[in-house]
Amino acid sequence: MGYVAVKGGAHAINNSVLLYKNRRLEEGIDIEVEKIKTNMRQLINQVMSEASFYDRDTAALAIKQAEGNMEEAVFLMRAHRSTLPRLYYSTITDTRDMFVERRISASFKDIPGGQILGASPDFTHRLLDDSLKELSEGPLEDISYKEVGYNYKLYKLPKVIDYLEKEGLFVRDEENNDEPDDITKKSIEFPSTRSQRLQALTRGQTGAVTSLGYAEIRGYGFTSHPNIGECRVGQQPVFVDIDDEYGEYFIGDFEMTEIDGFMPDVADDQTTADEDMLIKIGYGLVFGQNETKAIAMSVLDYSLEHPIDGVPTSDDEFIMFHIDSVESTGFISHLKLPHYVTFQSKLDRMRQGREDQK
Amino acid sequence: MSQNFAFLDEHSKKEIRRKTLKAIAIPGYQVPFASRELPIARGWGTGGLQLTLSLIGQEDVLKVIDQGSDESVNAVNIRNLVQNTTSVKETIHTAEATLIQSRHRIPEVPLKPFQILVLQVPMPEPLRPVEPSERKTKLLHGDKEYSGAYIKLFEQIMRHGHITDDADYPVMVNGRYVMAPSPIPRFDNPKMHQNDGLILLGAGREKKIHAVPPYTDVESLAFEDYPFEVEDFSDKICRESGLTGVFMDELVDEETGETYYVTNDTSYMLEKLNEEDSVNA
Repeated sequence: MGYVAVKGGAHAINNSVLLYKNRRLEEGIDIEVEKIKTNMRQLINQVMSEASFYDRDTAALAIKQAEGNMEEAVFLMRAHRSTLPRLYYSTITDTRDMFVERRISASFKDIPGGQILGASPDFTHRLLDDSLKELSEGPLEDISYKEVGYNYKLYKLPKVIDYLEKEGLFVRDEENNDEPDDITKKSIEFPSTRSQRLQALTRGQTGAVTSLGYAEIRGYGFTSHPNIGECRVGQQPVFVDIDDEYGEYFIGDFEMTEIDGFMPDVADDQTTADEDMLIKIGYGLVFGQNETKAIAMSVLDYSLEHPIDGVPTSDDEFIMFHIDSVESTGFISHLKLPHYVTFQSKLDRMRQGREDQK
Repeated sequence: MSQNFAFLDEHSKKEIRRKTLKAIAIPGYQVPFASRELPIARGWGTGGLQLTLSLIGQEDVLKVIDQGSDESVNAVNIRNLVQNTTSVKETIHTAEATLIQSRHRIPEVPLKPFQILVLQVPMPEPLRPVEPSERKTKLLHGDKEYSGAYIKLFEQIMRHGHITDDADYPVMVNGRYVMAPSPIPRFDNPKMHQNDGLILLGAGREKKIHAVPPYTDVESLAFEDYPFEVEDFSDKICRESGLTGVFMDELVDEETGETYYVTNDTSYMLEKLNEEDSVNA
């Protein structure tokens, strides 16, 4: 500390930036954004979900620039998102219109339309595959597509709860088609609304949402095992209505994961005590194929909708203030910034304590 | 990628300015705002930066300070971003600036009536140490129920014999709202009182804006028998400039192992040194 740097800080900082930008290329191999886009599909799914910004090309670029660092890639996407005016909300979207690529139920073996496994790592053994060290081209040989007779249309596949509703085991909540509260346009005021909670959860950091959902079911919340009524992954058509004579505009298919989690009754919910038992739903919906996050979201949606006193995962402030990647990583990392002035102030107080004792 | 003047889109800027006006109208009250993500990390001054970006015009002259220095990491970073997206004139001289963004210091040079000081705020809620819940602290402010804030200080006196709050020492604004002044040293608290300039405080991650309009009463919380005390530099002299009565950094001479003090507000110190030079010349 002998040398007092009054000037020169800016120069050092600029050089640090240069060093950082060059690091990616130290080995002399660059990568096309297109390759990240096509090969790092699941990474892109997570980045888009946490950034709440659906654009595979931008996500691939962010991942390249961030050298694959999740929090950096999400941060880049969010910062870019801030520069874009947000002009429309989608019209009411029904996931029964999703083009389903994967749909399973862990509750019923025999659901209308059947179990559609689709693509998932769930059924693989997690053994490193040496053959991937070599590049391969095109689809693997042993996959063969066959036409099969099927009574349903994949873009009009009924949901498992539709069947339960017919049986009288599930009573649908009254539909609320008000425009949702948008936490990116108006900060949350507590108590929060459900649309704010769902938005915060779907934007949440995958690890944080998963961990808190896990805590809820392992021992700190309703401590019981929910059942996945339905997990569906597919392409969801989304429309906007820009208020002209032409009606709704199709803006694209969004890959999404949707979870209907069948939740246990919580003790404080007295309304159904004397009545027949009904199935209760926790809901998860996220961009891309992000099944673990979507399931954890459904758990937390339910725990926040049906709070149990004293349970942290029932506390909307506790959950919503702490699961955002950009906010948590930003505040934690700011601890690296100089705090010389505040520390000097603290020293002053500590020394006064010592003087008082003398 | 092409970008708007001052980075944010105009809708966002308008929202921030509307909330800022509300904050000025209710001194010390924390006004919630939407808070956009910026290319600077949350916790690194995004609240202050959003205020700056929403207010800045082409004719403004900008000064950015971090810990009293124009060249510290955060200041350089923020100044570069504003500069790259606006090309406004910058300065290190407090008196020349129309807009000053600062982290953890109010400059030694008093603000003038046309100047705006923007402070970066990590924790806007002065009652957070006594109450973690936002909805409860909102009620406490509504009821002007500040016994928790005083009890915290009282307990410090009981435990340590004196108040131990260091920087970010809570203040009462306009006799109504207890406010976190941001982590400025206590030394700077009195500068807020009946100040000529406009002081705006922005918390990006916590999504709050608050303000101390010009000529507003700002009083640091204290007790009659335990008055408010600033950091004591009364017997210290700046080794570089000979200045006294300013906030100082404490440093150690590597060769002699001796502790010495240097003016924390570096641009102020430079100005003083240059004045001396020109007098001597």
